[in-house]
Amino acid sequence: MAAPEAAPLAARAEAEAARGGAGDGMAALLLLLLLVAAGPGPGPGRADAERERRDALREELLLSPLPTGDVAATFQFRTRWDADLQRGSVSHYRLFPKALGRLVAALGVRELHLALTQGFWRTRYWGQPPLQAPAGAELWVWFQPTVPDVDKAWKELSNILSGIFCASLNFIDSTNTVIPTASFKPLGLANGTDHHLLRYAVLPREVVCTENLTPWKKLLPCGSKAGLAVLLKAERLFHSSYHSQAVHIRPICRDASCLAVSWELRQTLTVVFDFFSSGQGKKDWSLFKMFSRTLTDTCPLASQSKVYVDISPKNKETELLEVSPPPTSVHEAIVQGDRKTYAVYDLLSPSLFNTSRSLNVQLKWKRPQDSSEMPIPTLHAQRYVGGYGLQTGEICTLIYNTHPYRAFPVILLETVPWYLRLYVHTLTIITKGKENKPSYIHYQPAQDRRRPHLLEMLIQLPANSVTKITIQFERALLKWTEYPPDPNHGFYVGSSVLSALVPSVTAMKDVDVEQSPLFTSLFPSSDGSSYFVRLYTEPLLVNLPTPDFSMPYNVICLTCTVVAVCYGSFYNLLTRTFHVEEPSRGGLAKRLANVIRKFRGVPPL
Amino acid sequence: MVAAAAAMAADEAERARGRRAALSFATIAVVLGLPLWWKTTETYRAALPYADIDGLAQQPVRLVVPMAVVFGPGSVPGDLPRPLPFRDVQEMEISVNLRTSVTSRYEMRYRSTTGQEEAALAAATAREADAALHLLQDTTLGSLTMYVVPETSSLLPQGINVYVGKHRSALVRAVGSLAALQARLREVTQLMSFTATSIAAALSDRVPDGQLSPDARRYLKSSLGYEITFSLLNPDPKSHTVDWDIEGAVNRYVKPVLDKLSLVANFSVDSQILYYAVLGVTPRYDKESSSFLLSAHSLPHVINPVEARLGSSAASLYPVLNFLLYVPERSHSPLYIQDKDGAPVSTNAFHSPRWGGIMVYNVEAPASPQASLPLHVDVDMARVMEVFLAQLRLLFGLSREEVPTEFLLEGPGNEGLADWELDHLLWAHTVENIATVSTTLTSLAQLLDKIGNIVIKDDVASEVYRAVASVQSAVTKLSLGHLHAAFQASKEAVTSSERAFFDPSLLHLLYFPDDQKFAIYIPLFLPMAVPILLSLAKIVRETRLRKKEPTKMD
Repeated sequence: MAAPEAAPLAARAEAEAARGGAGDGMAALLLLLLLVAAGPGPGPGRADAERERRDALREELLLSPLPTGDVAATFQFRTRWDADLQRGSVSHYRLFPKALGRLVAALGVRELHLALTQGFWRTRYWGQPPLQAPAGAELWVWFQPTVPDVDKAWKELSNILSGIFCASLNFIDSTNTVIPTASFKPLGLANGTDHHLLRYAVLPREVVCTENLTPWKKLLPCGSKAGLAVLLKAERLFHSSYHSQAVHIRPICRDASCLAVSWELRQTLTVVFDFFSSGQGKKDWSLFKMFSRTLTDTCPLASQSKVYVDISPKNKETELLEVSPPPTSVHEAIVQGDRKTYAVYDLLSPSLFNTSRSLNVQLKWKRPQDSSEMPIPTLHAQRYVGGYGLQTGEICTLIYNTHPYRAFPVILLETVPWYLRLYVHTLTIITKGKENKPSYIHYQPAQDRRRPHLLEMLIQLPANSVTKITIQFERALLKWTEYPPDPNHGFYVGSSVLSALVPSVTAMKDVDVEQSPLFTSLFPSSDGSSYFVRLYTEPLLVNLPTPDFSMPYNVICLTCTVVAVCYGSFYNLLTRTFHVEEPSRGGLAKRLANVIRKFRGVPPL
Repeated sequence: MVAAAAAMAADEAERARGRRAALSFATIAVVLGLPLWWKTTETYRAALPYADIDGLAQQPVRLVVPMAVVFGPGSVPGDLPRPLPFRDVQEMEISVNLRTSVTSRYEMRYRSTTGQEEAALAAATAREADAALHLLQDTTLGSLTMYVVPETSSLLPQGINVYVGKHRSALVRAVGSLAALQARLREVTQLMSFTATSIAAALSDRVPDGQLSPDARRYLKSSLGYEITFSLLNPDPKSHTVDWDIEGAVNRYVKPVLDKLSLVANFSVDSQILYYAVLGVTPRYDKESSSFLLSAHSLPHVINPVEARLGSSAASLYPVLNFLLYVPERSHSPLYIQDKDGAPVSTNAFHSPRWGGIMVYNVEAPASPQASLPLHVDVDMARVMEVFLAQLRLLFGLSREEVPTEFLLEGPGNEGLADWELDHLLWAHTVENIATVSTTLTSLAQLLDKIGNIVIKDDVASEVYRAVASVQSAVTKLSLGHLHAAFQASKEAVTSSERAFFDPSLLHLLYFPDDQKFAIYIPLFLPMAVPILLSLAKIVRETRLRKKEPTKMD
């Protein structure tokens, strides 16, 4: 997982100053260049103005206190570039990182979503996340229809990404790649959704750490030198309950008329800090407490830089919390079916840094909050492995719809590795004691060592119900070389994915997507009455029968011994020389008998 | 007694049967068992042309330059051995090391001018003559045409004896004798094709370390493609908004050169702007000039921290050429680079061998100190590209510095590169490719020879065969004077040899040592071998005894 980055250069950097005069050849060259430069061409001023508008960076940080007392911080950095990356002619990068841009252009990527996550977002207790990701690494990519061999491009892409992000994405191969038919739709501009251009893979075992954060930060135009990214201090970010960093690249409409394509790179990072346990039972927090840094200046390249603090009142009558310093404005929005109030700090507004040199947003609770009345999200799910023993088992998924009166469908995507042999005839879906027939099932059975199981179902969830989905499996025996290091740890089964249009409790009004806070705009809502949610369940850890790894040698030894014993006696039998033995005088008993016989006068034996 | 004898005889027969059984066991084990075991456990190793690979390293390379020497009227030397036209051959040994022999061979064709050429040579200036002559020439890559003009010709300026044009021809002022002319011609041809040093630089892998000039290590290794990345480093975006019209500059200055060079390799050009990218060295403040100075010895430390930001070229395997334009921070400007003697470098740029170049671009301080920040800076791309192009030529070994004063070189014009410079590059790269392939194949053969566990698949073997065949054809084509075909063949050879060398299938069993293989079979071998060996030993002992017995009887 070592970074294949800049090799030490000191050895070859025997730099030498370019010789000053550079001879007459150079003078001739200079003359020529000057002549050419004087020729026709767009004036520099105009070209600048044109370029100025072509790419833009917007950054924001959303701080939301969670019902349990934890605090979630979501960073979003959005680079928008009004250029068509696919043409191949574009190769001059300003804000958009060159490494990713070249990747998109070279491999015909239409949309790329990569998330690296440590920990699990507990939807039941923390509420809907702005953008959830499964534990480990998740990568899903839509390719252009012009890509001749999607599998090859996918392989190449995962290898390159693994180099860029120092993650083990190179372990993505056909055994963990699936082609979902319904769960993943392009989030950006797309004409036609032929799902053969889609690839989806999850590596639940992947551990995310600083070596993945550093290259991610390097993609930001300001690095971690200025702006909101100053807060991204690895030491604090990984000292948290949940850490998820993601990269989303997609084509979007350049303007309302949508005649031209722009490319959007969205870098998000979500982290959940546990202040309840670390802050002696107090739930107050500040930027400095969370990140051990404060905001001092803005990234000069950002055209928008805002901090949002979720101050939505939990019950209507009382304001429970207090933020300081006073926000520059208050923004009200309906996010995922909930009316939210945000205190907004616009870092670009000159008034903010006038009073103090740095911004340290603080939040204090006026009185202790009752933790008993935690809001339960409309849709949440739970998954576990049932059964006992090492031969068979059962995967159970519980999906909760807590909406008081509306039923809605949900698409469930299960990816199960081939070494768990699913029995589809044991699939049962039970809601409120009755069988619930899915209206759409797509099942692709696994092939040993080639591809995983893929199960996609569209299930109707009645209002206020729990749906239990169970499917039985048998554990396969692996070849002894196929076991990973530490096989007794168990084998991961990636999270299953729930995608749903959840009906909203409060009516939403149409908003201008471009102007709304960034965290609301990745999944555009189709209409006012529902919003899109994608949830991931817990990854599973399944024990497979693990052999004693010295076994092959033992088996060899045992067989060899058996062979050797058979061979030995056979050899002995064939090569032994047989003598005709002269009868000897007999043993002690015989002699004794003969003595007695002598006494008795009978001839000896 | 008879019974005893019969028993003895039976005993003897029985013993003989036992011996035979033991011997047949041993025979079966040796004749059938061992080969079977060997066959079933051996790794697949396709045959490789070891002899040919060995031969490659010692194969003499002969570089043949087809050349025409054309005498204009009044320039024919008096001591010609034969009447025009006639042919002559000059050979020269280029010593690289003891094992490699490179011979250069100039096949000269002497003739007098045709009517058209005479008309062309009557032009007013050398440049016009060159343009006119270009239409009449043989345009094959690697071939040269020398026009000898009379000693008094006004075509060449005063004090200039040789004019090298934009294409593959030169005008040479006649000298009295043929020998003197030939000496002058040799100088011109070496400039236009290859010199001993350029060939030695191309073979730098084989040249002993001490013998190589530092310049030789500067040139880029031959490769199938190069990526050129222009990066604008703006460490202080708060004070400077820097804009550069890189797209226009690339199209105007770099593209013509690369179009010409596309014969040599694939090029891709891109650019990026990096913010907050700082040099690894804090410059020294100089009070006298109130400027900051980077001394030559601190330059090696500049690159490393910057390179971490440049980003790897994940999407391709070609070497990257980096050209960095550094706009120093406001607190560190103006910044100047000092050379080894402490004098400021006029271009304010330096290059790093086989890596690229860095240029420091100072922003003029605003007239009034109260000027609002950030300061808008428009980069003068002509100034920047002039330096970068010069560095690019330097990195490709095409610098025009070591030219005798009596030579006049025509500027490369819009194309940025003269035809003969392209040939110069092709000669060097072809020789280098041949050397690389032979090194690659030799080390592959050595590796495979040394580690018997490596599986050699058929496709690896076929790549090796293809590389050997291509390299041999490249050498043959060189000796026929077909530069372009030779270069193409050498490129194919490089591709095939690299593919064979880096084939992942070679690694599969690399780390499976022999002792483990034998350890696994010990439990079978030991119990089987011990009785066989013991009975064989017994048989040997008995035969020896029986041989001794008769002598005892005597």
